[in-house]
Amino acid sequence: MNEKAEKLIDKKGIRLDGRKADELRPLKLQVGVLSHADGSAYIEHGKNKILAAAFGPREMHPKHLSLPDRMVLRCRYHMAPFSVQERKSPAPSRREVELSKVIKECLEPALFLELYPRTGVDVFVEVLQADGGTRCASITAAALAIADAGVPMRDLVVACAAGKVDDTVVLDLYDAEDKLGAADVPVAYMPSLNAVTLLQMDGILTPEEFEKAMNMAMDGCKKIYEMQKEALKTKYMVVKEAEE
Amino acid sequence: MPMFFEKKQLVTPGELLAEGDYLAGENTYMEQNKIYASRIGLVDTDNKKVNVVALRAFYVPKMGDIIIGSVVEVGFNGWTVDIKSPYTALLRASDVLSRPFKPQNDELSQVLNAGDLIVAKIASYDRAHDPQLTVGEPGLGKITRGQILHVTPTKIPRIIGRKGSMISMIKQETGCQIILGLNGVILVTGKNLEDEELAITAIKKIEEESHTSGLTDRITQLLKESKGKVEENKIE
Repeated sequence: MNEKAEKLIDKKGIRLDGRKADELRPLKLQVGVLSHADGSAYIEHGKNKILAAAFGPREMHPKHLSLPDRMVLRCRYHMAPFSVQERKSPAPSRREVELSKVIKECLEPALFLELYPRTGVDVFVEVLQADGGTRCASITAAALAIADAGVPMRDLVVACAAGKVDDTVVLDLYDAEDKLGAADVPVAYMPSLNAVTLLQMDGILTPEEFEKAMNMAMDGCKKIYEMQKEALKTKYMVVKEAEE
Repeated sequence: MPMFFEKKQLVTPGELLAEGDYLAGENTYMEQNKIYASRIGLVDTDNKKVNVVALRAFYVPKMGDIIIGSVVEVGFNGWTVDIKSPYTALLRASDVLSRPFKPQNDELSQVLNAGDLIVAKIASYDRAHDPQLTVGEPGLGKITRGQILHVTPTKIPRIIGRKGSMISMIKQETGCQIILGLNGVILVTGKNLEDEELAITAIKKIEEESHTSGLTDRITQLLKESKGKVEENKIE
């Protein structure tokens, strides 16, 4: 390994991709990009490119999976074969099955599941290009797609990761930092309610470092939340401005 | 008791709307004495009640609603009807035939077949059971002519307008008969195709721009203008 790759942060505290420790990657969010889905969203988070589509609530198929007392949320996280450098087999991998479950579980607290018994909401997340932190970007996009579909929500769910790279706690890890860094803490958060819906940790952190990472991730979430709200409003603002 | 919005402000799910002595109305919810929005829409207050008029929603059946649905399946003693809702509705054969239904005498597909459209009323609905429909009232039943269009169900009140001002104006200007299904399906029947097309254009414009102000004036203008054009063509 060359010397450059071993040092992920230089003496001035600038990371390999030119960011400061507490800086997010550039984000672009768009709502209502797919016409066949009830709701949809597209996110560009750094080099991540992810599409999310939401359907429902609708009758569950197969019917035996529906529940008599509440709505069922189903998520499918999938990476396109061209989303990574080496071709990824399109069959769902162990990692994708796990991420589907993780995304489902962190979106569930935001929905009023008990309002629409015997129905199902389906969310499809398709990663077109991956560069670290796809689970967080997927959650952010999936929440937007559900809101766009008109499903009542307690709050938009927004996710962001923090981690440790070269003994420094940094925000929003990208692929190289994720792989070579010491720890990764993805956090999904509902800012208005101040509730955390997902918290994972990969790697080792001291309690102090963990607290710092957690706060950093939550601050990052709040910044993304503003963009999320803006993206949702933009869809309807465009019509309004054209008329007035 | 602060309120955190201006009237007709666009809000997103999770936005804090009011705190304290208020009631949570449509598309809002209350938690720890605070009212939040649960859908994207425009906020408004009605006395102490905070409502959000959703820009995007789906239809939830309510007893007594007039809806328009399409028959998807002919069953043994009734039909299953798609009513553009999370739940499919049931229409019983005895309700349509207005006499006891005998499977050996009546062929249900001759009365209503898959693909037929009906105007119906929700007879019953609760959490545990799919909605039941009835067509046993004047004005309800199979649709034989006209055009169908779909809008977001929450926009139906906007199309009706204040005390029915918007819809009666469209009816008057186009000479069309319009049935608004509360599930967001609309039936337009007119004397000729041009009238129907005009009514549909007007309704689509309302749906798209329902959250903007001065809409009634623009719709009146649209209707008057296109009607003028049609008449000019006739004279020529």
